[in-house]
Amino acid sequence: MNYWPLLGIAIVVAGFAWRLNPALVVVTAGIASGLLAGLGIPELLALLGRAFVSNRALLVLVLTLPTIGLLERAGLRERAHAWIAGLKQLTLARLLIAYLGPRQILSSLGLITIAGHPQTVRPLLAPMAEAAAEKIDPALDDTDRERVKALAAATDNVGLFFGEDVFIAFGGVLLIQAFFNQHGIELDPRSIAIWALPTAVAAFVIHAVRIVLFQRRLMRNAATKAAHVED
Amino acid sequence: MLKIEYVYWLCGALMLAAGYVDFAARRRAPAAFWTILGLCFFGGEAVEAAAKAGSLLPAQIVGVAVIALAIIAASGLTRRHIADSEAEQRKASAERLRNRLFLPALAIPLVTLALVLLIPRLKSGAFDLFDSRQPTIIALALACVIAAGGAMALTRATPVTALRESARLLDALSWAALLPMLLATLGAVFAATGVGEAVAHIVSAAIPTGSRDACIIAYALGMAVFTIIMGNAFAAFPVMTAGIGLPLLIEQHHAHAAVVGALGMLCGYCATLLTPMAANFNIVPVALLELRDPNAVIRAQWPTAVVLFVTNVILLDWLAFR
Repeated sequence: MNYWPLLGIAIVVAGFAWRLNPALVVVTAGIASGLLAGLGIPELLALLGRAFVSNRALLVLVLTLPTIGLLERAGLRERAHAWIAGLKQLTLARLLIAYLGPRQILSSLGLITIAGHPQTVRPLLAPMAEAAAEKIDPALDDTDRERVKALAAATDNVGLFFGEDVFIAFGGVLLIQAFFNQHGIELDPRSIAIWALPTAVAAFVIHAVRIVLFQRRLMRNAATKAAHVED
Repeated sequence: MLKIEYVYWLCGALMLAAGYVDFAARRRAPAAFWTILGLCFFGGEAVEAAAKAGSLLPAQIVGVAVIALAIIAASGLTRRHIADSEAEQRKASAERLRNRLFLPALAIPLVTLALVLLIPRLKSGAFDLFDSRQPTIIALALACVIAAGGAMALTRATPVTALRESARLLDALSWAALLPMLLATLGAVFAATGVGEAVAHIVSAAIPTGSRDACIIAYALGMAVFTIIMGNAFAAFPVMTAGIGLPLLIEQHHAHAAVVGALGMLCGYCATLLTPMAANFNIVPVALLELRDPNAVIRAQWPTAVVLFVTNVILLDWLAFR
């Protein structure tokens, strides 16, 4: 067995650790692995080019950008912010949990592209979460503001990942089925997807608890700040 | 028939438009970046067809383009930040349009949903209106076109303004937009050069195979580590399951195959939350939300990922051996 191509992994780890440009690190690692595996430069270039174009589907999200850009120019984020600020009952935790649940359920029905970072998180969920956090702490500092936005993005990821695996026509389930089929084990997609259910429930509970804990911490910080002002 | 290829051409057109906007504003590096990437999207089908027919030259040209994109990304491709000078204007417009502003944004998911449900019913004999191989991508693309039309009507903007706005957002994303494709390419190179087999070989040589618990932990950790390296649980699954899951858990310790498959994959999913290699989920949002800390999203989700991973290992141990 040739272990030299593993150096490609070392390049990725070192490149990310030294905070070099990730695009350059990744391409360099690919070239290094290819050369160390004994590929010639013409084969390596063809491998890179073929793999690159066959993954075009990953960039289809750019099609949402004209709509999102126009709406932002017309004040979409300002409106999302103002709308949440006016809803007294809607706390940060309620907002994020109310997003997490439906996101998981819709993903489990195969509706994966219905939401996402460009479509829903940047224009809607992140400004709404900021507005909800400002209701807790009117003097929200930049660090906490970043944390709130990052938590909104994380909530979308958790909702997507631990919903889609329950969907039987999802690529992941079909990949599992195809793998075992190749190795002589026949499985029904339903029998695979069903075992993703306990994890889906656990993911919802764990992340919802973390959202509530985050909100409590914000409340405590806001209370300390207010006490300082009174002194 | 509406082919998936038209969707890619539309993406390519948006990139070429961004290239032109940057070129006109004398931002040379991003202009070159988006132009090259846009051309790759237009030539994609031809490259795949030629490679299938045995002609590798077009693929090699794209290979050179990929290296060029990485070099441009590393040298002088700076992210353009959005000028806040129009903040007052945006506020006034938000006051005027109020909740109508949400309609085009919500149209993207809702029209996608409607089309996904509708497309299977639109088949009539031999004539398919939609390419049925990737119906959700075509549905999303159509929904985006419809929503863009709605947004233009609502804000009384021209298509030129729409292209200018998409160029602004593409420049804000910058190289982060490209990273998912580059990482998928790296995954293909790792697969072709046997990196996965080498990792599985090392892991299976290091564990006491007689212990059921050791095998479970090795499989779950192997899935996690390999997913962190590849940024993708799908790439890790065949390697780790062929190396550990199938021979040790299923054949030697008689674990239930469906449970091993489902929970093994989910162990990988937990690791996806932890790695900058999963750029689409962990790096692209950092750029989109203009966060200062490049690992902000990973920091926000690692505790969920770790607790859930432990839960998965316990579930695997409990459910696979009933």
